[in-house]
Amino acid sequence: MGNAMDTILEARDLTKHYGDVVAVKGISFEIKRGEIFSLLGPNGAGKTTTISMLSTLYAPTRGDAVIAGHSVTREPMAVRRIIGVVPQGLALYDDLTARENLIFWGQMYGLSGRALSQRVGEVLAQIGLTERAHDRVKTYSGGMKRRLNIGIGLIHRPQLLFMDEPTVGIDPQSRRAILDSIKELNRQGMTVLYTTHYMEEAQELSHRVGIMDRGELIALGTQAELTQQVGESETLVLHLSPHEDAETIAQALRAIPGILRASATDHQVALTTRHAKEILAPVVAQADARGVKIHSIDIREPNLEALFLHLTGRALRD
Amino acid sequence: MKKLILIGLKDVKLILRDRAALTFMLLAPFLLIVGLGFVTGQVGRGSSGIEAIPVAVANQDDGRLGAALVELFESDELAELVIPTFVTDATAARSRVDADQAAAAVIVPAGFTDSIIPRAGQLPAGRAIKLEVYKNPGRPVSAGVIQTIVEGFISRVETGRVAGEVIVMRALAAGLIPPDQIESFATAMGERLATTLAGESAIRLRATVGGGEQTPFNPMAYMAPGMALLFLMFTVSNGGRSLLAEKSQGTLAQLLVSPTTGAQVLVGKLIGTFLTGVLQMLVLIAASSLLFGLRWGDLLGVFVLILAVVFGAIGWGMLITVLARTPGQVAVVGSAVMLIFGILGGSFVQLSMVPAWLQWLSRLTPNAWGLDGFTILGMGGTLTDLGQPLLGLTVMGLVLGALSVVLFNRRSLLQG
Ligand SMILES: Nc1ncnc2c1ncn2[C@@H]1O[C@H](COP(=O)(O)OP(=O)(O)OP(=O)(O)O)[C@@H](O)[C@H]1O
Ligand SMILES: [Mg+2]
Repeated sequence: MGNAMDTILEARDLTKHYGDVVAVKGISFEIKRGEIFSLLGPNGAGKTTTISMLSTLYAPTRGDAVIAGHSVTREPMAVRRIIGVVPQGLALYDDLTARENLIFWGQMYGLSGRALSQRVGEVLAQIGLTERAHDRVKTYSGGMKRRLNIGIGLIHRPQLLFMDEPTVGIDPQSRRAILDSIKELNRQGMTVLYTTHYMEEAQELSHRVGIMDRGELIALGTQAELTQQVGESETLVLHLSPHEDAETIAQALRAIPGILRASATDHQVALTTRHAKEILAPVVAQADARGVKIHSIDIREPNLEALFLHLTGRALRD
Repeated sequence: MKKLILIGLKDVKLILRDRAALTFMLLAPFLLIVGLGFVTGQVGRGSSGIEAIPVAVANQDDGRLGAALVELFESDELAELVIPTFVTDATAARSRVDADQAAAAVIVPAGFTDSIIPRAGQLPAGRAIKLEVYKNPGRPVSAGVIQTIVEGFISRVETGRVAGEVIVMRALAAGLIPPDQIESFATAMGERLATTLAGESAIRLRATVGGGEQTPFNPMAYMAPGMALLFLMFTVSNGGRSLLAEKSQGTLAQLLVSPTTGAQVLVGKLIGTFLTGVLQMLVLIAASSLLFGLRWGDLLGVFVLILAVVFGAIGWGMLITVLARTPGQVAVVGSAVMLIFGILGGSFVQLSMVPAWLQWLSRLTPNAWGLDGFTILGMGGTLTDLGQPLLGLTVMGLVLGALSVVLFNRRSLLQG
């Protein structure tokens, strides 16, 4: 536990019910000033709901969070001045240009005059849209819109930036650019709360990661701390041909000594083991015996995906 | 406050870039005004919109009514609309039409007045002699205008005649006048009737504007406010649609995580809709004045009336928005309301022609109040004559606005 100076966000028992659905079940965590903190979890884990409560959009059903000394439930206005939000869905005016969008949102944060136009210019350069600044947003590609969406979250230089799956649905190049710019922003001192269901992104960006599943925070820590929980185990991933029934095969392989866990997703079977190389031969033999065709086999070092599998018995992505 | 206006101006900017919305707000009403103008034959080729129509008038009547009709065609009020040529007999009049020197000939047969107004020593004639309008088939529109003028004159005469007869009969029945004085009484009635007719124009012309200057006869002046008001309802329901669009495009949530309250968003958007509505009315009024020479009347009055009518209409826009849940619903409900209000509010049918209960119902629409106001101004009234419409519209906006606020809360702003 750091002292109050280091902690920019502290969430306590945050809970959200949507009618009968409990989207977030009493989660608690803190974010330190200057870090990139990721919430990693599959669809429906409650990441967006968590961000909605932290950003004062929805009141929590129970619990509270304190951001830079201000309660999200009692002082929402003070909180809003500190945070920036990059929403999962885009929030843009399609009939305005990028520049006009940025100007409008800057105005909503009280910027005006020279300070505003200068800041808009900076952000446009930062998100690489200077050349297209005077085109209407509706003429942009998906990646450009994503970048503008991020620019809007940055316009008022927030101390704490919430980014909700900002790389969903874009090409690898734009994704690369976005990840790099987040690291750059962080170097310049911005604290980031990042949500994703891509293990690789969480791994690349974050100082600390919280793993969410079904509204709960099931693991929390630095990457080293988290992968340690999986122990020394490695993951063996078998890629099968499409007509194979992965579930039945996983069940059969579970019997092989040395396999701690076997789970099936689509046309893959993931096997958790301490010594991947030792079980390789029996696995292939067993598959052969059953007439199962294996396309390829990966051996993965301990990682967050393995941890998720370890904790939930399910793969991170469906 | 600054933020409210910034949100409003953003909305105005968005509307100005929305081609579909602009078409509905400006082009559609404009085309309807022009279209209806053509149908009723009021759009001419001249720069003022109307070219003076040559007409031959043959007055063979030696009574007051014939003289009144001649006076009407000579009047200043019709000066810009018709160029009358007076001839002595019917044949001469018809031949001018046949030679295409006139769009129509108006022939007042001998004994016309006597057939309507009783002379001393006679009871009113049983059957009125008819006026004749001899039309030039090559100029149907112009001839139609002349016919309209004459029909207006006749309907006045008819009203007067019937009224006169009824008065005489009633007075007789009630024993107010002894039978032997009927003759002199009827004559007096006839005199008064004829005098009245000579003094008044046969059709309702637009009255003076400013220092007694006469404006040209132009029924488009009645159509234009109706159409502008009709499409104002589109604009206000579009304002509601834009709020729900902010919700679905995520910008509403984005506003609510910036230091902006839900109330600021709403009021800002209302300001945007208000500015849009005012802008729409101003453009329509300016365009119709410039292109067709329509006179809307006292400028200050027109401006204040616009503010009030947009305010009243926005009350309905708010209510529709609060009750509807999707932009689609707002659009559907909005256009239904637009049409119903258009019909109820007199944009299509003159309100004086519908039953009393419907006239009462029409008071629920901003259209009816607005039309009242524009008519008052068109007839030469000023801001001070607008008390009723301004009050009606303000109350409408306040009551509906308050109702909407009661039905509304922040949660429904985000969800639903
Ligand atoms: N407005 C809402 N009304 C009712 N249920 C909701 C609402 N928003 C989210 N939920 C439910 O809450 C749960 C968590 O949703 P949430 O959007 O927070 O997940 P997420 O982790 O962001 O998922 P994704 O990766 O798909 O964005 C889901 O079961 C979802 O169906
Ligand atoms: Mg989400």
